[in-house]
Amino acid sequence: MSGANDPYDPKQVAALSAETLDAAVQAATEDFAAAGDLAALAAVRPAHLGDRAPVLLARRELGALPPAARSDAGKRVNAARVAVTDAYAARLAVLEAERDERVLAEERVDVTLPWDRAPRGARHPLTTLTDRIADVFVGMGYEVAEGPELEAEWLNFDALNISTDHPARSMMDTFFVAPEDSGLVLRTHTSPVQARTMLERQPPIYVIAPGRVYRTDELDATHTPVFHQVEGLAVDRGLTMAHLRGTLDHLARQLFGADAVTRWRPSYFPFTEPSAEFDVWFPEHRDGPRWVEWGGCGMVNPRVLTACGIDPETHTGFAFGCGIERALQFRHEVGDMRDIVEGDIRFTTAFGVEQ
Amino acid sequence: MRVPIGWLAEHVDLPAGTTVEELDAAFVRLGLEVEEVHRAPVTTGPLVVGRVLEIEELTGFKKPIRYCQVDVGESEPRGIVCGARNFAVGDLVVAALPGAVLPGDFAIAARKTYDHVSDGMICSVRELGIGEDHAGILVLGRDGFEPGTPAAGLLGLDDVVIELNVTPDRGYCLAMRGIAREIGTGLAVDWRDAGAVTPPAWSGDPAWKVELADPARCDRFSMVAMEGLDPTAPSPWWMRRRLAQCGIRSISLAVDVTNYVMLELGQPMHAFDRDTVRGPIVVRRARAGERLTTLDGADRALDADDLLITDDSGPIGLAGVMGGASTEIGDRTTSVLLEAAHWEPTGIARTVRRHKLPSEAAKRFERGTDPEVTVVALARAAALLAEHGGARVVGSPVDPDTRGPRPVIPLDAGRPARIAGVDYPTSQVIEALTAVGAGVDADGDQLQVTPPSWRPDLTDPADLVEEVVRLAGYDDIPSVLPNVPPGRGLTERQRRRRSIGRALAEAGYVEAPSYPFVGEAALDALGLPEDDVRRQVVVVRNPLSEEEPALRTTLLPGLLATLARNLSRGQRDVAVFEHGSVFPGDRRTPAPVPGVDRRPDDETLAALLGAVPAQPWHVAVALTGHREPRGWWGPGRPAGWADAVQAARVVAATAGVELTVRAGELAPWHPGRCAELVVGEQVVGHAGELHPRVCAALELPARTCAMELDVDAFPAAAVPVGPHVSTFPPVLVDLALVVPDEVPAAEVEAALRDGAGELLEQLRLFDLYTGAPVPAGSRSLAYALTLRAPERTLTGEEANAARDAAIATATERTGAVLRG
Repeated sequence: MSGANDPYDPKQVAALSAETLDAAVQAATEDFAAAGDLAALAAVRPAHLGDRAPVLLARRELGALPPAARSDAGKRVNAARVAVTDAYAARLAVLEAERDERVLAEERVDVTLPWDRAPRGARHPLTTLTDRIADVFVGMGYEVAEGPELEAEWLNFDALNISTDHPARSMMDTFFVAPEDSGLVLRTHTSPVQARTMLERQPPIYVIAPGRVYRTDELDATHTPVFHQVEGLAVDRGLTMAHLRGTLDHLARQLFGADAVTRWRPSYFPFTEPSAEFDVWFPEHRDGPRWVEWGGCGMVNPRVLTACGIDPETHTGFAFGCGIERALQFRHEVGDMRDIVEGDIRFTTAFGVEQ
Repeated sequence: MRVPIGWLAEHVDLPAGTTVEELDAAFVRLGLEVEEVHRAPVTTGPLVVGRVLEIEELTGFKKPIRYCQVDVGESEPRGIVCGARNFAVGDLVVAALPGAVLPGDFAIAARKTYDHVSDGMICSVRELGIGEDHAGILVLGRDGFEPGTPAAGLLGLDDVVIELNVTPDRGYCLAMRGIAREIGTGLAVDWRDAGAVTPPAWSGDPAWKVELADPARCDRFSMVAMEGLDPTAPSPWWMRRRLAQCGIRSISLAVDVTNYVMLELGQPMHAFDRDTVRGPIVVRRARAGERLTTLDGADRALDADDLLITDDSGPIGLAGVMGGASTEIGDRTTSVLLEAAHWEPTGIARTVRRHKLPSEAAKRFERGTDPEVTVVALARAAALLAEHGGARVVGSPVDPDTRGPRPVIPLDAGRPARIAGVDYPTSQVIEALTAVGAGVDADGDQLQVTPPSWRPDLTDPADLVEEVVRLAGYDDIPSVLPNVPPGRGLTERQRRRRSIGRALAEAGYVEAPSYPFVGEAALDALGLPEDDVRRQVVVVRNPLSEEEPALRTTLLPGLLATLARNLSRGQRDVAVFEHGSVFPGDRRTPAPVPGVDRRPDDETLAALLGAVPAQPWHVAVALTGHREPRGWWGPGRPAGWADAVQAARVVAATAGVELTVRAGELAPWHPGRCAELVVGEQVVGHAGELHPRVCAALELPARTCAMELDVDAFPAAAVPVGPHVSTFPPVLVDLALVVPDEVPAAEVEAALRDGAGELLEQLRLFDLYTGAPVPAGSRSLAYALTLRAPERTLTGEEANAARDAAIATATERTGAVLRG
């Protein structure tokens, strides 16, 4: 406010007058009050708080004032700006509260509506379970070994101590491949991967070999001609059946819970000696905790080590194999083998991508 | 092998009160898997032995009926009506008296029938629930039991049969003798070895002339002659009962006796009608052109590898497998030659396979029988035939025997402990091996072990280790994790396969692995031309289905069948994928079969591995119906060719390889809607809509789509380089180009990218338009470009220059015209 005694500066601008500033504040306050909603408020904001708004223009004029007058005018301009800003903020708060009260309520949607526009697929449980088993072993330091499904007869049988006339050979229900002298079969087990691995690398060997295998069984509720096994092989110095049991127990715990253990029954496989079949104690079985037959195992027959170029006097090995379908059947309560092999998407989708 | 517990108890002193469950557990511990426990159905009430005193033949009915007076141990005989005719006065039979309830809730009461009151029933085997025989009633013989004796116990109606699954290494457990040894040892109780019997000292001329012409295939052949056999003599009831319990049909006394001795001792035998054998017996291999009619009536062409029993007339038996018809025991046979031999197992196995003649005898010979027991078995059989058939041995047995000494296996007594990880003292090792029947010579810890004659499976120290560990019990083995050296994790290839499966699943495809078997029809349905490489298949010699004898060369037949199956079960919108091996059928050299006594040499190994065809890993998708369903948001989006191509892009991106898509043409795809998928310079697959003929042939909905990629043809993924992320503002430019229809969008896009140069950060086709004002034969492609400089704010001039350059390059290469 200019007093009569103040020195008068001819360059003093009308914009800095108290009246002008009051009017600007007044106009802003009225416009803000008149804005009925947030959009209207946003629309009038530039006129009062934008770059060309009176209170901001006034501020630019301050520099033209003599230093003596500047402080006084500066205080006035600032007060006006604060008043406009406050008026805006007050109105904004009111309108936001109103919106929160009414508009958002009106905008309510039904969040339970489905949005399955992009249907999710699934991996087959045989795949995910195989991966899970492989991961248990990879976690222990094993590597995943592979071999072909159409395999040399020698690797499927002879190298595994199953000679041509061995009863076990005819019990394997083998698919043979034409011509008769092709020397090829559809592998009857994942065990040829053992032989391949031992022919390929030197001990220590710790591998797990999951894969698809074939037997000439007709498909029914409990059999399928095409099924999956996972084979483990370890060859090292000083390996014992105790190490084999430790390994199988570990696998059982990872898949079937902390209380799972294995039980062995003496059995016979030409490629292991001693041999055992193993059951797993499955506490979560739908019919109550029980032993479930799961696979075969044993110490690698020294004859197999010899055929694969490993000295059985310096190294021992253990091997085991188990059926993935079987594990799937009892781990996931799948009653009928056909559900596993027929590819019905209703079955597979239930397992999702990772289960 | 079926083990009747009653029979087992004759060989083993089973502790009183031993339960079936305890026996079951003991068998399992010993490595004899219990497959099933058979219990005869329950009979209650009075069931007694009766003697037929009188038979009155009733006539005037539809069939002959007998009214019998039967002594059932009471003061007066009972009158019983019976429809069977296979018994005579004096026979002992089984009578169910009123109040008895036979299996199947068959209650017996006194009732009037055929004008007589029947005061009970004379039972057949089937009515008693212990067999299938219903041709007549069960005749127990003429003596041995008192009428009125309760019959249930003596019939063994309560006898449980444990069925064991005997592994192929343990042929000796296909007989009561071996089972008795195992269970006696396992339960630590007394037992008797039925094979450890000294045969009688027969005298006289040898029974027959026998020559062993092939000692490698037959090293012992024992024979005894018997005369005076009553061909009508029935097998005793208990023998028939035990045979039935073991699943063997009763035929005649002579045959039943040989089978019974086989079950008892494990030595299969054969009985020849002596009067039909012509001249000396020669055991030799078949000669060219020889034939033999076997007992089953089949006339068989013989192979030079078949071992035969021959006489002057030629072959009279397929050694160890089946006898010949010309010397078969008949219902008038009174003199027999009993044979018990030891055959080389693998030769038997070959003959069984060749002639498809599995039998109980061959099953034992294939696994190896005890060569020591041939004469013991003859003696046992002779005694049974003498007792029940009145036959007597004539002369002395003939017994050519060319066996060498049994091999001795050296065993370090510490070896079982080193293998099992359990500390077995030497004394325990020796004890276990002795229990198995082996002879053990110990020199400190160095053992010389002679395996028992009935264990041809024990050839190596490892086999002996198993016996020690098995008898000590597998439960003793502790659980210890080995120290595994660090591994390298999954290979890139393995990670890639997993990622692809996951990516497709996340993209909405459901994994559906299918059998890899295909047939001509499936390949025809795909419309593959005659010379298509996918028609070169690997053929399975013994397929499950003659319709599908080959292995897949493409994943599509299986996947499309899965799609069809889902549709047939009521699904409408199906998207499935499969990844797995395919089996190209290019010609290969046969795989060699090297020996197994050492590692094959490198050359042989290379030939072996090289003979196995490559089996590339493919991934395929198939989809039909809606890719996006209709919903409250609006209509759905049908699955189309572009989804199939996009699936390939997803796979490639997941695998970290750059995929080029261009127009292609290949069955089974629609020629105008088939994308050829290229990585580098190589075509790695195809995608698009299926040909309408293919959809029709496979009964799939029109416009079903599919994609197949050879993932193994992908190169390794490059290690990605992290891009510089500019924080300066972008310039966004939209532009539309009018392009002739035949110009692929991919070419326009490539030109725009090349022209825009380094400032181009992103480019997307956001619209495609045909129709006025775009001239016919052209289409408008609208692109959104994001231009940005790495280290400064882009000026308008620079952005315009990049845009103009992009357009210029597109115009130059494709004839594109900027739409005004």
